[in-house]
Amino acid sequence: MVAPGQKVPVGAVLALIRGDGEGPSPGAGAPPPMPAPAPAVRASPAARKAAEALHVDLTSVTGTGPGGAITREDVERAASRGRVAAPAAGGMRAAIAAAMSRSKREIPHLYLASTIDLTKATTWMAAENQQRGVERRLLPVALLLKAVAGAVTDVPGLSGFWVEDAFRAGAGVHVGCAIALRDGGLVAPAIHDADRKDLDAIMRDLLDLTGRARGGTLRSSELADPTITVTNLGELGVEEAFAVIYPPQVAIVAFGRIMPRPWAVDGRVEARSTVRVTLSADHRAVDGRRAGQFLAAIERRLQAPELL
Amino acid sequence: MTRAEVQDAVVGALLSVAPELSAAALKPDVPLRDQVDLDSMDVLRFVMEVHRRTHVEVPETDYGRLATIAGAVDYLAGRMAVV
Repeated sequence: MVAPGQKVPVGAVLALIRGDGEGPSPGAGAPPPMPAPAPAVRASPAARKAAEALHVDLTSVTGTGPGGAITREDVERAASRGRVAAPAAGGMRAAIAAAMSRSKREIPHLYLASTIDLTKATTWMAAENQQRGVERRLLPVALLLKAVAGAVTDVPGLSGFWVEDAFRAGAGVHVGCAIALRDGGLVAPAIHDADRKDLDAIMRDLLDLTGRARGGTLRSSELADPTITVTNLGELGVEEAFAVIYPPQVAIVAFGRIMPRPWAVDGRVEARSTVRVTLSADHRAVDGRRAGQFLAAIERRLQAPELL
Repeated sequence: MTRAEVQDAVVGALLSVAPELSAAALKPDVPLRDQVDLDSMDVLRFVMEVHRRTHVEVPETDYGRLATIAGAVDYLAGRMAVV
């Protein structure tokens, strides 16, 4: 179907192999319609990787490398000059499409799910909030994020990146927090060093990031830094979600709706406040046993909310 | 504050959280959740903004009283010396 020497996009059908006695299939012979080739951009592999991570459109970057090639420094300079591509809806859709396609193409996801009794955590939080002014009130998501950050330190191997066929641990525990934007799309900026922050600091970061994400004033580093991501769709009534890993990260944790469920306590069934948590992990980097230990660590942390 | 000023504060707080809204399109008696896409973070930011503008601390247990604009104005007016 493709003549020797002809250039075609990645993924195009090159040839069909027929068995004995099989005739040509209808339409064979005419080459399939090809998408228009993208304009050629000269950029180093490191620059392309940085552009993907920083959501920088390479066609808008001026190259300073050999022959006008775009270098990683050019990309980082372009990203640091101001707002990242986030609020441009078309660009964001394309960035999400590229990242999610790459994830499903390259990452063998494994999925584990668990139901966690949140009664202690929600009761503790409600009592805390009664003592707190409105400026210092907590939301359940802060507890969930902190529990994930703590679990990362309990069970290594889930916070970091799959790069060049190997797991590389992140330099800190930077938890990406998926935030839906009002006009569609989403971003997942990092809460830096979340394992070392208390709940108040995490709440402050969340309020700040949510406001700026929706105002389109996030810094590029905030989008590029997460070493693991948390998504929370529970407020829409979703009971559980199996999220797609954001490459090159190796794990994403999804929380569902916090809701009462019948629960066995000391041999009796009670209505308890519960949440479904799922972990999607890159099976190249993580095995089921470790993934299970990680979910158990999240649960354990949530049973002692006063220590979060 | 007058009742009209309380209403302005409530609508202003809402617009600061959801700038895409048009004040004219907001219906005072329709639950906010049916006309505005607000998650718990938005609700908290709304309550914080109401506090900043009216100096009324709304306890978490009273969030339900802010379900509509009219309800919020009634509630806040009841907590303040409204002329």
